[in-house]
Amino acid sequence: MKILKLEKSDLDKWLAEWMKSSPVYAPVQSGFGSFYDWARLEQGRMPELLPGVPKSSIKTFLFPQPETLEEFSADPADPSAFILKAPKTAEQLTIIAGVRPCDARSVSLNALPYAKDPYYSNRLRNTALVGFTCETQCSTCFCTRTGGLPTGTEGLDIAITRMDNTFLAEILTQKGELLAEAGRTGTDAGGDALSRLEQSRKNSGSPVSSADDPAPILREKDLMALYQAPFWQEIAEPCLNCGACTFLCPTCYCFDIQDEVIRDRGRRIRYWDSCMFPLFTLHASGHNPRGLKLQRVRNRFMHKLKYFPERFGPISCVGCGRCIRECPVNIDIREVYTDLLAI
Amino acid sequence: MTKQTADNPNNQMVNSYTPFPARIDDILVETEDGNLKTFRIVLENQKDISKWNHVPGQFAMLSLAGRGEIPIGIASSPTEKGRILFTVNRAGVVTKALHQMETGSRIGVRGPLGNGFPVDSDLKGKNIVIIAGGFAFTTLRATLVYMLANRDNYGKITVIYGARTPGMLLYRDELKEWAGRNDLEVHVTIDSEAPGWDGLVGFVPTIAGEVAPSPENAAALICGPPIMIKFTMPPLEKIGWTDDQVYLSLENRMKCGLGVCGHCNVGPVYVCKDGPVFTREQVQRLPVEF
Repeated sequence: MKILKLEKSDLDKWLAEWMKSSPVYAPVQSGFGSFYDWARLEQGRMPELLPGVPKSSIKTFLFPQPETLEEFSADPADPSAFILKAPKTAEQLTIIAGVRPCDARSVSLNALPYAKDPYYSNRLRNTALVGFTCETQCSTCFCTRTGGLPTGTEGLDIAITRMDNTFLAEILTQKGELLAEAGRTGTDAGGDALSRLEQSRKNSGSPVSSADDPAPILREKDLMALYQAPFWQEIAEPCLNCGACTFLCPTCYCFDIQDEVIRDRGRRIRYWDSCMFPLFTLHASGHNPRGLKLQRVRNRFMHKLKYFPERFGPISCVGCGRCIRECPVNIDIREVYTDLLAI
Repeated sequence: MTKQTADNPNNQMVNSYTPFPARIDDILVETEDGNLKTFRIVLENQKDISKWNHVPGQFAMLSLAGRGEIPIGIASSPTEKGRILFTVNRAGVVTKALHQMETGSRIGVRGPLGNGFPVDSDLKGKNIVIIAGGFAFTTLRATLVYMLANRDNYGKITVIYGARTPGMLLYRDELKEWAGRNDLEVHVTIDSEAPGWDGLVGFVPTIAGEVAPSPENAAALICGPPIMIKFTMPPLEKIGWTDDQVYLSLENRMKCGLGVCGHCNVGPVYVCKDGPVFTREQVQRLPVEF
C-alpha cells in the first residue's frame, strides 16, 4: 500500500482535479442553521469536515431513491408496450469524499445482501470512496462496539488522516491509485509512514481495536430466547413508528417496488422502505403478521443484531449514531445491545 | 473519469428483477363466486421458454406493468410443457387488475422463485398425503400432477381436499378424473351439506383424522388457511405423524422475491428465498410472523 503526504493545498487540488471529470460529493454545511449534509462540490465549494457524520448516510449514493429498475412503454399501439427493460447504465465514476469510516463500512455490509443485485453492484463499481478518519468521537458514536474503528479503512479507496498540519493519504485500492494519479500532486510519505501513522493514532488515544464487537456473542445466542426476551415491550413503548431511524441508518437496506406511469411512459422504481410501518408486511387479505408496534420494533433490532449476523457474520450496524441522534423519543440502540447481550 | 477500473468484477450480472414478457393464453373461472381464475400463461420469447424450469411448490412474480407485481404459486407441473398455470384469488390491487384482463393481454413473469417441494429428493420413494383447503390447492396440484407423471417414484398417494361448497372447489374436472384412477386415493369434502352433492361432508381436519394413512415411510404436504393447518395436526399426531414429516408452504407480503428487500422475513428466514416450503419442524423453531 502506498501512502502519500499532502498539504491542505494539495487536497484542494485533488478535489479540483477530480471535479473536472467526475461528480464529487462531500459533506458541507448549508446556509440554513447547522444543517450538515452531502452536496455536490463545485469549483470554489470545498467540503467542511465537522466532527461526526453528516445528517444522511451515504446509502443515498449507493442505493439511491428512487432507483429505476425498469422502463416500459404504456402506449397500447406500441408492439413492445408493457415489456419491461432495465435502463442502460453509464459507466461514470462518482467520487464521494469526506466519508467517515462507519459510513464506508456500511457500504461493504450492504454489499452482502446485495451481492447478486446488478443495480447495487453497478453503483459500487462506479463509486470511489475517499474517507477521512475520525479524530473526534461524538457522544452518539459507538463504532468500536460494532466491529469498526474511528480509523478503520474497510470499504474506502483512499483513507486520509490528519497528522500535525499535513495529511497522510493511504491509497487502498486500484480505484484509489487512479484517483491519486488524477489528483496530480502529493509526495511519497516514505517507508515508515504507516508506522508513524499508527504511532500518532496511539498517542492520540484513539481506540485501536473493536474488542466490543457483539457479533460473535449474538450469533451464538438462542434465537427464540432473544425474540421472547421480556424487555421488548419496554423498548417499543415510546416508539412512534416514524421510521426516521431506518431512513437515516446506513445499513437499513430494505426497499419497496412500485410502478409509475405518466401518459404513455412507465417505470418500475424501488425506494427505501421501513419495517417500522404496518404496510410493510400487510397481506392483501388484511392479515398482518407484524401488526403490532412491538413486533415491528423488535424486527428492526433483531434483523440488525441477530438475523443479519446469523446469515452474513457481522451485525448490520456501524455505530454512526444517527438513529440515536435523531430519534424523537430517544430510543438508544446501545441499550438494546446491552439488553440482548445480557440474555 | 469514465474508464473502467480493475475493481470491476463482472458487467453481465443476471438481472433477476426484470420479468419475462408473456401473454395470457387462456382464462378459466374456477369458482362459483368468480373470485378465482386460472390463467394459462405462455412466455413470448423462445429463449425464456427453453430456460424456464421449475419445481412444484415454487412461485413466480406476475408483473402487470403500471400496477405492480404479485407472488403467485405455480399451479402447473414442469411436466406440462409450453404453458404455465397460475390460479389467482382476487384480493388486492394487482390481482383485481389481472382479473379484468383478457386472453391475449401481455403480462410479465419473473421466476421461478423459492425452493419448492423436495419431489426429487426427500419425497422420493415415500407414501404421500396431500392435504389442501380452499384455494391453497394450487401448488399442490402442480405437485400431484408431477408425481402422477413420475408415478413409480412414489408409494401410495392420498389426496384430501376440502372447500366451503362444491362450487368453490378448484380444478373440478381434474378432481373427477383423479377420482377414477386406481393409483390414487382422493377424498374431496365440503364444509356442509349442499344440494346435489353426494360426496364427503366435513372439515378437512375431521376427514384427515378418518382417512389419513400411517406415517410409516410417509410425508404430508399441507396447504390451507392457518386454522385448517392448526386443527389438522392433532389427528395426524395421534396416529404417530411427526413435524419433520409435514411440509407446509408459507405466504407473506413480498416485493423482490430474491431475499433482499426485507418484506417477507419470518425471523431470520425469507419466505421468498429460503421457502416458501418448510417442514413443520422448521416452522416451529421460527417466530410466528406469517
